[in-house]
Amino acid sequence: MSIPLPVFVAIPLVTAFLLPIFSEKRRVGATMLANIATAVLLVLAITSIGQSDVYRIGKWPIPLGINLVLDGLSMLILLAVSVVSFAAMLFSAGYMEQYTAKPKFLSLFLLMVAGMNGVVLSGDIFNLFVFLEIASLASYALVGFGCEHEELEASFKYMVLGSIASMFVLFGVALVYGNTGSLNMAYISKAITATGLNKGLTFALGLFIVGFGLKAALVPFHAWLPDAHPSAPAPISAMLSGVLIKALGVYALTRVVFNIFGVSIHLGWILLVLGLLSMVTGAFLAIGQWDFKRLLAYSSISQLGYVVMGIGLGGLIIADGGSTAWASLAILGGLFHLVNHAVYKSLLFLTSGSVEMSTGTRQMKQMGGLARVLPVTRTTCTIASAAIAGVPPFSGFWSKLILVIAAVQAGFLWLAAVIVFVSVLTLIMYLKVQRYVFLGQLPENLQNVKENRGSMGCAMIVLAYLCVLMGLLLLVPDAKAMVLDPAVNVLVDGLSYSSRVIAMP
Amino acid sequence: MLYAMCFLLFVIGLYCALIKKNMVKIVIGIMIMEYAVNLFLIMLGYRAGGIAPIIDKGHIQAASGMLKSTFVNASVDPLPQALVLTAIVISLGSLALMISICIRTYEKYGTFDITQIRRLKG
Repeated sequence: MSIPLPVFVAIPLVTAFLLPIFSEKRRVGATMLANIATAVLLVLAITSIGQSDVYRIGKWPIPLGINLVLDGLSMLILLAVSVVSFAAMLFSAGYMEQYTAKPKFLSLFLLMVAGMNGVVLSGDIFNLFVFLEIASLASYALVGFGCEHEELEASFKYMVLGSIASMFVLFGVALVYGNTGSLNMAYISKAITATGLNKGLTFALGLFIVGFGLKAALVPFHAWLPDAHPSAPAPISAMLSGVLIKALGVYALTRVVFNIFGVSIHLGWILLVLGLLSMVTGAFLAIGQWDFKRLLAYSSISQLGYVVMGIGLGGLIIADGGSTAWASLAILGGLFHLVNHAVYKSLLFLTSGSVEMSTGTRQMKQMGGLARVLPVTRTTCTIASAAIAGVPPFSGFWSKLILVIAAVQAGFLWLAAVIVFVSVLTLIMYLKVQRYVFLGQLPENLQNVKENRGSMGCAMIVLAYLCVLMGLLLLVPDAKAMVLDPAVNVLVDGLSYSSRVIAMP
Repeated sequence: MLYAMCFLLFVIGLYCALIKKNMVKIVIGIMIMEYAVNLFLIMLGYRAGGIAPIIDKGHIQAASGMLKSTFVNASVDPLPQALVLTAIVISLGSLALMISICIRTYEKYGTFDITQIRRLKG
């Protein structure tokens, strides 16, 4: 059965506009409705595995109307968005009880999901910009949701840099339209292949790299992330770090670079260097942090570096005319790390939210010995830490292993060394989390803190199971062929995207 | 030449957003960037002495039912105008949100000066 693609945008959008009708007293009903919406999205995303489809809105033929495209890469990110938003929504059912205006929060949350699904599915570059703005606007409001000093400050900072990024992207879209006369990604790609890059298009490409780089918080553009992600409520931090920077940043960047403009040696190097800078800088900055969520935010920058580095390495090998097998291995490592990171980083942010809710603080120096009083949080957090640090057999180990193998095979021995080195730094920072938060002496004032059970516990346990089982996605050949390989092929095949989309019925 | 001036406006907006210390001025800078991009989009579709892209009976060839080439060559491109409308609506939304965040921040801190709004560090 083929699912009509607009439902992925329509369900969260309609639910988002229904939710503000619920008054503050009916927040239970609003929570139920929002949870049902994310659960339905998750089921739909799982049933769409292995499909590829083009939907023409209003039945207009392709260059005239807007089209939605579901291919391997879209499907992978769509799945990650659905899983993380399902868990974060479940978690916010319990967590958001401490805030007022919960129905409005849920409404903004679903708007953000609608925007991300739209970005991932859109086959039209201006439509991509519109959905990008929907998701970004909802996320600016959500970062400042608490309306306290730090939250407003972080939200303003995020909003200024985010708006500048959006303007860069819009300017790029305008230049591309001026030079190719089309807004449809497949037709743009066809036109660029026919004429080659001229000055305007090169400039547009630069604008896209800066714009999407700002959205993805790659290192020269990362200043907003360590303020914005910790200031948001915990489920939103999980969404922002888990999927928003990937759907809006990495996905859009790779789509534009690989499928529209076509990867070249320069582009491969740019992505590789951006990734490397993010990896190393993020890891060093994270180690020095004493604020639990801020440490996690810096570590997000570092982990996202792995993803971009892997994809850039793959692009470099392709453009250099190297072996396709090693190129696809590098891209596989990057994309698999992206999905893994979505799961374990959102889990880590949820556990940090659980700790914050129980103890009332985020400063690691004021915690300690919480293992005894918060058993569920402790277990799930340890699993996620092991996964992110790359301890076998958890998910993070496999993706890092693939990246190392790909780097060695491609002849970048120093790159493999850097990957391992940053991995050690990651291990150190998460040992620090375990040591100061969960082990050691329990302070006097935290003697009778309570574990968060119910929906919050459920959400954390679901993600923890995924962390353990994600390795199977790579090790079971059928699962790999269903989920990961189509996504890798979309990037390896690069410019054949255009003919494939145009040829699809 | 006009495109270069449009780009200049974009850079002025960017400069204003990055250098100014007052929150409201930063918002104004971002809006100038928006206007520069909107202007650029409109200019892409503009054609000196062009006609409005509205089809009436006189523009259709009687024999084939296709559009006359004189119409296609003379009319301005309507697509960028649709894009600009969308972009203006989006920028209105983001402007409203930005200004409301500025007002809430002013209520908390009592100032618009971003050098004095520095609780987040590290």
